[in-house]
Amino acid sequence: MKSISKLFVSSPHTRTGLTTNQVMRTVCYACIPGIAAQTYFFGWGVIVQALLCIIVALTAEAIILSLREKPVRATLADGSAMLTGLLIALSIPPLAPWWISVIGVSFAIIIVKQLYGGLGFNLFNPAMAGYVVLLISFPVAMTNWLPVQQVMTYDISFLDCVSSIFTGFTLDGYSVTQLRIAVDGITMATPLDHFKTQIDLGLTASEITASPIYGDYGGTGWEWVNLGYLIGGLLLLKQGVIRWHIPFAIIASLFTFSLISYSITPDLSLPPMISLFSGATMFAAFFIATDPISASTTIRGRLIYGAIIGALIFMIREWGGYPDGVAFAVLLTNLAVPLIDYYTKPAVYGHKAKV
Amino acid sequence: MHSELSLIEQVKSGKLWDIPGGIHPPERKSLSNSTKIDIIPLSPFYYVPIKQHIGNEGKLLVKVGEQVLTGQPLTDAIEGLSLPVHAPTSGVIKDITPHVSAHPSGKPEITIVIESDHKDTVFTTKPIKNWQTSEAASLTKHIQSMGVAGLGGAAFPTYVKTNPTKDIKLLIINGVECEPYITADDVLMRYFANEITQGINILQHMVQPELVVIAIEDNKPEAIEAIKLAVKDQDTIEVRVIPTKYPSGGEKQLIEIVTGQEVPSKSIPADIGIVMQNIGTCFAIKEAVIDGKALIHRVVTVTGESISRPQNLWVKLGTPISDLLTHCGLVAEQDQRLIMGGPMMGFNIMDTMMPVVKSTNCILAPSEYNLPSFGVEQACIRCSLCSDACPVNLLPQQMLWYSKAKDHEKLEEYNLADCIECGVCSYVCPSQIPLVQYYRSSKVEIKQEKEDKIKSDKAKERFETRQLRLERDKQARLLKHKESADKRKKALEKDGNAKDKIAAALARAKAKKASTGETAPISADAQTTNTQDKVAAAIARAKAKKQAQADSETTATVSSESQDSEVGSAEAVEAKSAEQIKKDKIAATVARAKAKKLKQAAENKEQGESN
Repeated sequence: MKSISKLFVSSPHTRTGLTTNQVMRTVCYACIPGIAAQTYFFGWGVIVQALLCIIVALTAEAIILSLREKPVRATLADGSAMLTGLLIALSIPPLAPWWISVIGVSFAIIIVKQLYGGLGFNLFNPAMAGYVVLLISFPVAMTNWLPVQQVMTYDISFLDCVSSIFTGFTLDGYSVTQLRIAVDGITMATPLDHFKTQIDLGLTASEITASPIYGDYGGTGWEWVNLGYLIGGLLLLKQGVIRWHIPFAIIASLFTFSLISYSITPDLSLPPMISLFSGATMFAAFFIATDPISASTTIRGRLIYGAIIGALIFMIREWGGYPDGVAFAVLLTNLAVPLIDYYTKPAVYGHKAKV
Repeated sequence: MHSELSLIEQVKSGKLWDIPGGIHPPERKSLSNSTKIDIIPLSPFYYVPIKQHIGNEGKLLVKVGEQVLTGQPLTDAIEGLSLPVHAPTSGVIKDITPHVSAHPSGKPEITIVIESDHKDTVFTTKPIKNWQTSEAASLTKHIQSMGVAGLGGAAFPTYVKTNPTKDIKLLIINGVECEPYITADDVLMRYFANEITQGINILQHMVQPELVVIAIEDNKPEAIEAIKLAVKDQDTIEVRVIPTKYPSGGEKQLIEIVTGQEVPSKSIPADIGIVMQNIGTCFAIKEAVIDGKALIHRVVTVTGESISRPQNLWVKLGTPISDLLTHCGLVAEQDQRLIMGGPMMGFNIMDTMMPVVKSTNCILAPSEYNLPSFGVEQACIRCSLCSDACPVNLLPQQMLWYSKAKDHEKLEEYNLADCIECGVCSYVCPSQIPLVQYYRSSKVEIKQEKEDKIKSDKAKERFETRQLRLERDKQARLLKHKESADKRKKALEKDGNAKDKIAAALARAKAKKASTGETAPISADAQTTNTQDKVAAAIARAKAKKQAQADSETTATVSSESQDSEVGSAEAVEAKSAEQIKKDKIAATVARAKAKKLKQAAENKEQGESN
């Protein structure tokens, strides 16, 4: 007979399901379909940025952890820093210069996450806070999205991407601005950006969406990227990593508002399907807003939280100054989370019935 | 009335409700439920703690060295919530001493150690064969004297529940047994369905419910069959098969599943006309009433992957766990965990000399592979899996925050008291946080804090009462001072000649002095003499006054002291306002100061003159 455990352990004596480390990793893996689509349409820059951001995130986290005299190795292993880095990488233009990534990720990890107390204590979504800092500070670099490769004049290789990110020019000496000029000589913008500028020029929605940057139901390329994140998100749902409430509420809310707007002013509004399958909609719904730490935790709260984000995304896209509004929508709603949680507490057993 | 009628009708309709949350852990019940209930051979020693139930321990009836018989009472129930314990077998009482208790803390408790004589001679007790015609009160007393306690886990004295003060509509028999691994109730239902039914009939006779519902989880088809067969002729007993889910067997949860009603917070089921009894308890009631057998044995599941012969056993209460493990063949792995109860709510056994008690339903020796233990606790990521799984709709993630911050007010606002400690939140937590442990600690802290508050409130009340009394005494004293001072003053005034007398005496003395030869001053200044006389008179007056005051003060003190016992009645005296007293005091002080000044002036003058 071997030894009997003398360790005092409180019940329960066992557990189930994924651990936090596994949860974080699973979210990273679930990004793969989206990353694949993004890489296919926007080139190797996506992968280069992902690697760069993850390295910066881990380094920044390690530095702060050692300053805070916290266990470095064990904490890095939880995968949360890696995930934050990855999410920022997927949000910024693939050929954004390296210092953009470094600043954004460092801000997210150091200020938004660690200075608030590390994992579990951040009030705001670190990835989106980092992204917003970049968007406000470097608006030009942050909106320099390349057109999808299929309508680009130049083919760019993996090394072109590396070179462009770190030096500003491809191996052949093209700058990002030059790369953005499409076959027809017009500078290409993202579908959402393009729509906004064209509406301001007095074109109607149907005229605008005739452009090749719009695909069958979303933006060309963007619809596939969104589909990729939708698939990844559904996998997360199936794995039990996220719950359906927040993604559902975001999509439903955004769709509803788009539909209302489109049915009132069809000439001035983005068609609802393009709304859902352009920009960062699916990415936001399944990967950003579902960050549990900064999201609402009650069932009703999650629905409200998602609905507010969906509404804000719509409003910012429709009436705001920025082509996409996911980051602002998420951060603004993060602010409301304590309030939402407080007022959506479920009725505890024995407190419903009155005798 | 209408709603209560519809309660029974609703229950009769067979409708089931769902509880929020819950989990489906691997059941692993087939390990132990495939064999009949075996009887474990007699142990050489039995360790019978005198307290095995919720409430007070009974009064000892036996001494060390005494011979006892099987079923002989060892203690006698005392006033209040109390149950006796009985000798599990015949033998000699070796010792009555603190011994490791069947409690999570293992804290030693007074235990009667019996050395078995291996004869198991039975102590004769009287059954109540004609229970159908017996008074509920005498049955209640009998059940108490037989030491019957709830065998579902809490070991609440059964006689309290069989004697409800409220009108009971519904009796629920709990055969859910939702904890993984445990099959004690399962096998009892399979093999003793008729005895259980007899127990239920006794309960019906005592509690007089309109309807009895026996609730069994659908993972026990054999038990369901057996019970259904046993009650098929009884139309007031219904068998309800409920879906398997943990923790459906919790008292409040099962009530919700069967009736759709909630027991209001801080109430008991009887408040809504429901009483619940466990399957094992029904069997024990039958044995106590019909066979006249005290509660000295129960079915215990000995199971787990480290047990080579997992099974259910009739175990005499007081049997040390080590004997069970030996009998069933424990093959321990490194750091083998031993658990009393199930994996969700049981506690770990740190000493195998711990005895089986009334609430022991399972001894579990799991393998680390099949029942992985917790890893290192990580930060809460607010994933809210816990709140989704909570069967009472708490928000464990918020409560963790407040528990760590020791914010007891917030914890109460988030209804910590309603936590049933089922362990579901910890079970699903990806960060492996022992949430239940946090809540248990917080509950203890809050209880402690409340007790401390009661204590400090009492102390404060005592202090304030004392302050009030002292102040009242003081006021009474001051008033008396004042009164007697006034009296003295009046007396002095009435006797006003005293001053004049003194003055006259002084004048006489002066006159005498003058006449004895000091001619010059007189002739020089007659006015001065006049003044001098006046000063002298003033001094005399002041002195007299001082004297009078001193006198009155002493008398006042004396009188107030002597009347201290009467202070209570001196409330009328208090009517005199403190202000008045203060004013009087100031006046007296001013008078004193004036007198002093006057005196000083006079002295100075005298001095000047004598110079």
